[in-house]
Amino acid sequence: MPSPRDIRRRIKSVKNTAQITKAMEKVAQAKMAKAQQAALNGRPYAEVMNRVLSEVVTHAGEFEHPYMVQRDGDRRALILVTTDKGLCGALNTNLLRMVSDEFVTDDTKIVSAGRKGAQHAIRSGWDLAAEFSFGDPPAFAEARAITKLAVDLFESGEVDQVDIAFTNFVNTITQNPEVHQLLPIAEIEGVQAGVEGEETSTALAGGATEFEFEPNAGDVLGQLLPHYINFKVHQILLESRASEHSARMVAMKNATDNANQLIKDLTLEYNKLRQAAITNELLEITTAQMALGN
Amino acid sequence: MASTLKLEIVTPEAKVYSEEVDSVRLPGAEGELGIYPNHAPLMAQVKAGELIAHKGGEESILAVGHGFVEITGDHVAILTDNAADSADIDEAAAEEAKAKAQQRLEEGSDISEDEAKALAQAILYSEAQLKAKRHRG
Repeated sequence: MPSPRDIRRRIKSVKNTAQITKAMEKVAQAKMAKAQQAALNGRPYAEVMNRVLSEVVTHAGEFEHPYMVQRDGDRRALILVTTDKGLCGALNTNLLRMVSDEFVTDDTKIVSAGRKGAQHAIRSGWDLAAEFSFGDPPAFAEARAITKLAVDLFESGEVDQVDIAFTNFVNTITQNPEVHQLLPIAEIEGVQAGVEGEETSTALAGGATEFEFEPNAGDVLGQLLPHYINFKVHQILLESRASEHSARMVAMKNATDNANQLIKDLTLEYNKLRQAAITNELLEITTAQMALGN
Repeated sequence: MASTLKLEIVTPEAKVYSEEVDSVRLPGAEGELGIYPNHAPLMAQVKAGELIAHKGGEESILAVGHGFVEITGDHVAILTDNAADSADIDEAAAEEAKAKAQQRLEEGSDISEDEAKALAQAILYSEAQLKAKRHRG
């Protein structure tokens, strides 16, 4: 049986915790608004880019860019986009569980963006090839550095395929762990949830079957494809940040709610104990009086 | 057969323009392109410059930065780093951005290749903004 003083102490400590989580919730909320906006702003560009590429790639004719060549081997690299800090619910856990179940084998090279992914990779004995960090908000140059490493691995023939695992932002409550194929560029996938519903017209108007390129296919695709990959990685970093802050906001809100519930329960218990003590004392006084009166 | 073109201009930050237009004139890397409905499918690079969209006798003038354009018979999609409607362009701000970029390009000794490229693009885009603005005024 805890003494009333113990309970009072616990209430105080839980109150402190609640104050901290409340503050963290507010901070995450402010950051979330910004990060969500940044992610959402990038989506129209991503959508048009995806549509353009899927049309151009299917109608490029004879031309093949090195990024588009499928190889027979199955050595893979995986870019793992996680958060740097914890306290964001099951965000990283969900992503890492999915990745370890389905994608990582002993010779998968891991490129980590975010500290949590790197820590997990080391703990699990994965082949960690490189570790990057990215800012808040993520800068385009940071995305380019990650992309460059991945492209180098692919071009040098060290790996035959590069995938990227990240948490796609759907809304404040829902974030989905997803893995997309980055290289070779095969089919074009969207970075956002609603993209399956988008119609992608692959039939060209006027009965034409091939795109003309100006100045020529090599030049245009040679610029467009690297740009596409850079942009895609950047958009993925933005989505991850938006997911992170949303998840943290929700996690901290839950923590605050739980702490407040705990305070309520403890206060009830404390009051019960206090009342029991008072009743006890009264009882003793009356008994003593009765004893004296006799 | 399509009789109008769906013109979309997007930048990584926002969708700048999305409307049905009759024709559009844009700055291709190899010279100006005039696009009418049912144009042959074309994929081209875009350089910084002014873009003029015609729609029922009215014309809108925009400044666009470096990027790509995809043309099919019924739509024109422009992916660019920057774009702005000439009505929203602040001439003084564009001048200032240009001067700043030029100064950095001339004075900085620690400029990486990437940064130099970005600065050169910024200057071209500022010039395109000024051109688009003055065209209207």
